[in-house]
Amino acid sequence: MAETISKNNLTKNLTVREPIIVDAQPVNTMNVAALNFYYGKSHALHNISMPVPKQRVTALIGPSGCGKSTFLRTLNRMNDHIDGTRVEGSVELDGQDIYARGVDVVELRKHVGMVFQKPNPFPMSIYDNVAYGPRIHGVTNRKALDEIVERTLRGAALWDEVSADLKRSAFSLSGGQQQRLCIARVLAVEPEVILMDEPCSALDPNSTFRIEQLIEDLATRYTIVIVTHNMQQAARVSHYTGFFLRGDLREYGETSKIFTNPNDAETEAYVSGRFG
Amino acid sequence: MTTAALPARPNAHKIMRRATNISMKVLCGLSATIAVCALGLVLVYLVGNGLHSMSLAMLTNGPDATDSSKQGLRNAIVGTIVLISTASVLGLPIGILGGVYQIESQGRFASTIRFLTDVLNSIPSIVIGIFVYILVVLPVSAFAQSHHLNDVEGYSAFAGGVALAILMIPTVMRTTEEILRLVPMPLREGSLALGATRWRTMVSIVLPAARSGIITGIMLALARIAGETAPLIFTAFGNHSYSVSLFKPIDSLPWSIYISATQPSDPIVDAAKAHAGALILISLIFSMSIVTRIATRNSVLEEK
Repeated sequence: MAETISKNNLTKNLTVREPIIVDAQPVNTMNVAALNFYYGKSHALHNISMPVPKQRVTALIGPSGCGKSTFLRTLNRMNDHIDGTRVEGSVELDGQDIYARGVDVVELRKHVGMVFQKPNPFPMSIYDNVAYGPRIHGVTNRKALDEIVERTLRGAALWDEVSADLKRSAFSLSGGQQQRLCIARVLAVEPEVILMDEPCSALDPNSTFRIEQLIEDLATRYTIVIVTHNMQQAARVSHYTGFFLRGDLREYGETSKIFTNPNDAETEAYVSGRFG
Repeated sequence: MTTAALPARPNAHKIMRRATNISMKVLCGLSATIAVCALGLVLVYLVGNGLHSMSLAMLTNGPDATDSSKQGLRNAIVGTIVLISTASVLGLPIGILGGVYQIESQGRFASTIRFLTDVLNSIPSIVIGIFVYILVVLPVSAFAQSHHLNDVEGYSAFAGGVALAILMIPTVMRTTEEILRLVPMPLREGSLALGATRWRTMVSIVLPAARSGIITGIMLALARIAGETAPLIFTAFGNHSYSVSLFKPIDSLPWSIYISATQPSDPIVDAAKAHAGALILISLIFSMSIVTRIATRNSVLEEK
């Protein structure tokens, strides 16, 4: 009885995006197979296999320390920079294993961009923040840079607020604006996949709303993987959801299914707010 | 009122506690005052006598002026600038890149280097002087003798610069490392995640963010070597004539102060030179501190 009530409340509270896109046969941009991850001796991810569908939003949810951020960081090899980490299994991007020998990490990260938990603008102007990526990849033409900066700031829904003075320090922006700047910075290198590690956790509800709108908009062109602590957010923005618990992927599926009718008992307990 | 809960009469234990507290407070205050007094007396003495001895001739003439009352410290001032510049050119790149290496690479080699840097930092400067004497001065003078180069001595501004560079490297390296450690990880990762290499991230993001801290380290190191005398005795030596050559002995402020104070040829003139030299040296170091203060304003690290 209690079960049904909580489930009904849930469907009422969470506005699962409509119409729910059901891909008969989703095209997968990335494919993770039998992924194990170790921090030194501690086994952080256990045998994870999961697709990342093309131009869809995939949400990763789960309690703190469940491995969802670690998993996200394996998708663009950000963990390479942490000492004593080890990866087993494969992560394919467009059919190519990103952990294969001879893969250029720089090239990989051009394709798989990342937005972090706390807005991390560089200590330079708004313009230079956005132009940083194109510049390191060899764009020097001023006109081309101007064009990229405007296009990506528009893409990140920030242009109207900052176009008056692009030479301003990025630190003069509000937290929400800084985060959109960081998204623009990622768009500027034209990635295929954008990884977002709790992009709204440091933001107020209004800024969060704007970022969520942006994510929906971006999903028409980019493949997005988002880690979030906020289950309503996962329900609002994502098409697919993976639930992580203690280093395991407990359940993966369409978001509407995970939130309304999960197979796994612990998934259900988590999405209905009984723990986590 | 809750004061009723407090005992009316303090017991002996409480009196002792209070007495200890007050006496330690007084002792600490006294110690601080003595320290500041010592500094104050040195400054008053230096500034008083220094200003008294200061004149335009002191800045523009060398010690070889024919009129002994017009002798000055020009050679020493220029010499100190040449020595500090040489040391900076040699020592700063090594110090900064060494600090970058230590922050970017963990492991046994890096921690060994860190330990050796600390050891180097505590080696007395006169030992560094002897080291450079053996490493640079003796070979050069032997070479000059065997090739009959009569105007080349072993002592040179270059040798002095090497000695001062060795002295400044550990300071620059450690402060660079410490300050780079403060640059937030997300800032680096933001750059790496855009496909920047580690070197590019270091040059474009991390070093600029740490700029003011690194400048502080450089200034500290420069202030330290500006006043060093001992390592110059065996290396730059000193020069009665004006010289800016890297390959000749060179005068310097600490050297002039030392020679004027301990081996005066004219007690009054040389005392004036020592006093003025000390004032110039102190002013130099003081202005470095001010530059540091200005540079460390508006630091990104403080904003975060």
